[in-house]
Amino acid sequence: MGRGKVKTSFDIRTGGLIYPHWRGRVLAIIGLLFLLILVVLFSTSIGSVEIPFSRTASILISKIPFIDITPSWDSTIETIVIDIRLPRVILAGLVGAALALAGATYQGLFRNPLADPYLIGVAQGAALGAVLGFLAPASKVGMGISLVPMLAFLGALLSVMIVYLLARVGRIVPVTTLILAGVALGALLGAIVAYLAITSGQLLHGIMFWLSGSFALSQWSEVIIVMPIIVSGTTVILLFSRMLNIMQLDEEQAQQLGLNVERLKIILLTVATMVTAAAVSFVGIIGFVGIITPHAVRLIWGPDYRFLLPLSLVCGAIFLIIADVAARTIIAPSEIPIGVITALCGAPFFLYLLRRRAKMLF
Amino acid sequence: MGRHSSFTFYAEGQKCYSEKDMIELKLKDITLGYRQKPVVRGINFEVKPGEMLGIVGANGCGKSTIIKAIARIIRPFSGSILLNGMDINQISKRDLSRLLGVVPQMPLLPSTFTAFEIVLMGRNPHLGLLQYESKKDMVVAWEAMEKTATQQLAERRIGQLSGGEIQSVVIARVLAQQTKSILLDEPTANLDIGRQIEILDLIKKLCENENLTVVIAIHELNLAAQYCDRMILVSEGRIHSQGEPHVVITEGNIKQVYGSSNCIVSHPLSGLPAVLPTTFNNTQEIEE
Repeated sequence: MGRGKVKTSFDIRTGGLIYPHWRGRVLAIIGLLFLLILVVLFSTSIGSVEIPFSRTASILISKIPFIDITPSWDSTIETIVIDIRLPRVILAGLVGAALALAGATYQGLFRNPLADPYLIGVAQGAALGAVLGFLAPASKVGMGISLVPMLAFLGALLSVMIVYLLARVGRIVPVTTLILAGVALGALLGAIVAYLAITSGQLLHGIMFWLSGSFALSQWSEVIIVMPIIVSGTTVILLFSRMLNIMQLDEEQAQQLGLNVERLKIILLTVATMVTAAAVSFVGIIGFVGIITPHAVRLIWGPDYRFLLPLSLVCGAIFLIIADVAARTIIAPSEIPIGVITALCGAPFFLYLLRRRAKMLF
Repeated sequence: MGRHSSFTFYAEGQKCYSEKDMIELKLKDITLGYRQKPVVRGINFEVKPGEMLGIVGANGCGKSTIIKAIARIIRPFSGSILLNGMDINQISKRDLSRLLGVVPQMPLLPSTFTAFEIVLMGRNPHLGLLQYESKKDMVVAWEAMEKTATQQLAERRIGQLSGGEIQSVVIARVLAQQTKSILLDEPTANLDIGRQIEILDLIKKLCENENLTVVIAIHELNLAAQYCDRMILVSEGRIHSQGEPHVVITEGNIKQVYGSSNCIVSHPLSGLPAVLPTTFNNTQEIEE
């Protein structure tokens, strides 16, 4: 892009409807959505039972309302695709999208490239909630809801709320104070989690499994709980993408351009935290997606949040679905923790981008 | 935010505060500062549409503080700031951003955005939550860049621009905001003399042609005297003198406020006062 010599200037009045820089980004969103569909098909075909690509496609299409395809396949294959693999793939996609979007939002809100969804205590709060859930005598609360994800969700929300209240000075919340309070509370909660985990005896394995993140136990019931939170939260954040752009100026300038900075902070913090909490509550703490995806998108397509947010969303979903396929197939029938995969694939790719286009980062 | 919702503001605004109207700014007995410590005391002045008011004074005298108060970044301890007779604290942030544009002293801009993207941000006050910039917004932004001669920078990233170019881009952003009053805090501080004159010419022209209300805090006494219709000389948080340039720029005033010897001459073309520095040697000669 605009490196080196100045390009010949354009004139918006005679040019097309779309500002030239934007055309490629719009196309990228559309292209990536198609790629996402392909990735879903591909990943539901792969596993201990190999199912041909075309068969998976027709099983999935037959489930779309109003489309009638007479099943020419074994019902066990349908069960594998629809009830075992598909919820796992969809959950991975939702979580990837949620973490990438929340990461991009936090980075924009804090104007800090090191921000990730776990920066202000979400992860440690969720972990503490989950550990308490493991240690509790009962494993279910009413209506068949498991205790661990529910406590993880509440723990995440509660810790961010405490951080917010601690950081508040009068009617404003300085960003730096917020980050510092988050890091401090996170350290405190992390210490408690570590102590509880070590002294938990035979529960330690389950706790460690949760803490490192896994999609192994995904079911439709989980998708049904997580999906509405993530979809609605995502919609709200996307609505504020233009204002996130303006937040990239300093807060004084943002205010002079008519932005209610404090209100924007509280709305976006709440929604991004909800989305992150929903993402981690069932599958545990999956690192790296939330910080690396937005940066990779930024390096390729630029910093404009109107494109950065949707592109991060789709890329996060694709990335985590593929990472999960790798996690469950490389040493099958055992599984590799997904965090290991995200770090192993993501880090080198990111370093490559960083070396090539370091100038464009933030 | 404000005590009046934007709805009531517009209901009243139909008559006298619509965006097309001119803006009259009035400061009434303002005392303000930081953390309960007053920096500026008992300031009174008013600016009419089509008028360019320069605030001058020594470093740290409170020029920027006054600008910040009008921009509603800091709240005065006492007194009121009125736009067309309405206290700015009762106008919502969004409505205020359609009435008053601000060019900050050292604007921090994200280095990876392009200049055009930054200028387009000036349209934010006119856009709702669900709106994207329309072609009309882009044309407004583009014309603002033409007026400030920054259109050849449109696709460059902010990180590649010089301090002066960034200053011009921010002025273009304020023009894209299409407000009827503009505050500028040291807009020429980073610029060479050619660029300084270019920018001030532009502001002066806009002020006269479009009846803008302009308040400018500025270090350069000579530039201030040439361009401003009226000046305010601030010293230690109080107004030392105010009025037309030849009233404010006098040897006595400059000596008292800046503590340096000087010599005031009349500009050969405009007849407006200009300050010449007098060095140690000159002073001795005069005394002898």
